[in-house]
Amino acid sequence: MRYEAPQSIDDAVRLLAAGAGAHVLAGGTDLLVKLRAEMVEPEVIVDIKRIAGMKEITAEGGGWRIGAAVSGAEMSEHAGLAASWPGVVEAAALIGSTQVQGRATLAGNLCNASPAADSVPAMVAAGAVARIAGPKGMRDLAVIDVPKSPGKTALEPGEFIASVFLPARGERSGDAYLRFIPRTEMDIAVVGCGVALSLDAGGKVSAARVALGAVGPKVILVEAAAETIRGRTLDEAALADLAAACSAAATPIDDKRGTVDFRRHVSGVLARRAAVIAEARAKGEKA
Amino acid sequence: MSRIHVTTTINGDETDFLCDAEDTLLDVLRDRLGLTGTKEGCGTGDCGACSVLVDGRLVCSCLMLGAEAEGREVATIEGMARGDQLHPLQQKFIEMAALQCGICTPGILVAAKSLLERNPDPSEEEVRYWLAGNLCRCTGYDKIIRAVMETAADMRRAS
Repeated sequence: MRYEAPQSIDDAVRLLAAGAGAHVLAGGTDLLVKLRAEMVEPEVIVDIKRIAGMKEITAEGGGWRIGAAVSGAEMSEHAGLAASWPGVVEAAALIGSTQVQGRATLAGNLCNASPAADSVPAMVAAGAVARIAGPKGMRDLAVIDVPKSPGKTALEPGEFIASVFLPARGERSGDAYLRFIPRTEMDIAVVGCGVALSLDAGGKVSAARVALGAVGPKVILVEAAAETIRGRTLDEAALADLAAACSAAATPIDDKRGTVDFRRHVSGVLARRAAVIAEARAKGEKA
Repeated sequence: MSRIHVTTTINGDETDFLCDAEDTLLDVLRDRLGLTGTKEGCGTGDCGACSVLVDGRLVCSCLMLGAEAEGREVATIEGMARGDQLHPLQQKFIEMAALQCGICTPGILVAAKSLLERNPDPSEEEVRYWLAGNLCRCTGYDKIIRAVMETAADMRRAS
């Protein structure tokens, strides 16, 4: 195995495109575990952290562009980003320990393509877009279209994610992410739910995006859930409809961490709780 | 395959080493530099025994390649005491018997020092969350948490 630390996106793409045995290294919190377990045996590791911009969070068009090597800890410490998209930042902050937070990245969580990835439903709810570098140049792809199935992404040979863009948050808007785990820390989501919504001047929901994680082979954007609360105040009836739509949309499996019935139920519970937090944030309340 | 030449700073001293691409920073510290204070527990980032600081950021050295350390500043448990003078956390861990077998202790000390530098007055909950990635199979954690809280109080009084 070789280790390469290119200083430009072009050099990184060249290394990645040279053969099937190349693997991107950003935070490494998934890759090094797979290397040790011999689940991957790359010929070359391409460390992208020496490329300009990869460690930066920059304001762009009212939103934020997050470099592919920005760690969870760096996101949590960025006051502007945390104010715009607290749900995305909190979702990223749920991944692993303090030590893992020092290295783990949004782009890595996305490319690992685990159905239970915590940051992915939050990014999908936020309408995040991945910027992908590759042999044919740069292209943008909605985060929801990046994972294909467990461990598989839509990235072509030679491509890597250079940054993730979170759009402008918009007026009277807020987001939230909640997950269920059977303990308080250091676990993998049994169900995760991200909600981003906007309110009109009268406090009714004008737009919403609701995404579920860990209840299907990839993240699910629940259009029916967003549809059911649009134009309504988030009262008990609206929240019950939201929960029902999410429970209906979940397509979980039974495994050691939860049953189908339990995961369907929890999908609804988390959606309504996350919606309440997102609504409070949209109103400018602390939540 | 030729080895990779890496120049880095470890506990304030400029250090050179040669490593293979697959060597983790933990492998380099222990096997190439003889800094065996950093322990290998799980090797997969779950236990925190290999905690070190890289450019001031707490990380698991088993989840980082040695080659990535080029130009970085690494701080390990060996840099915590000043000669014979123990860091207040080390002294308090001894006084309060906040360790038993000791394998997790270097990682916990490095992690706790990093917390107190960022937050001199953490709540018990903040200490427990910060150290959630440092597993101890002996103590049941209570003495560790109390030792960190007491050290923080002592250091606040002293400053």
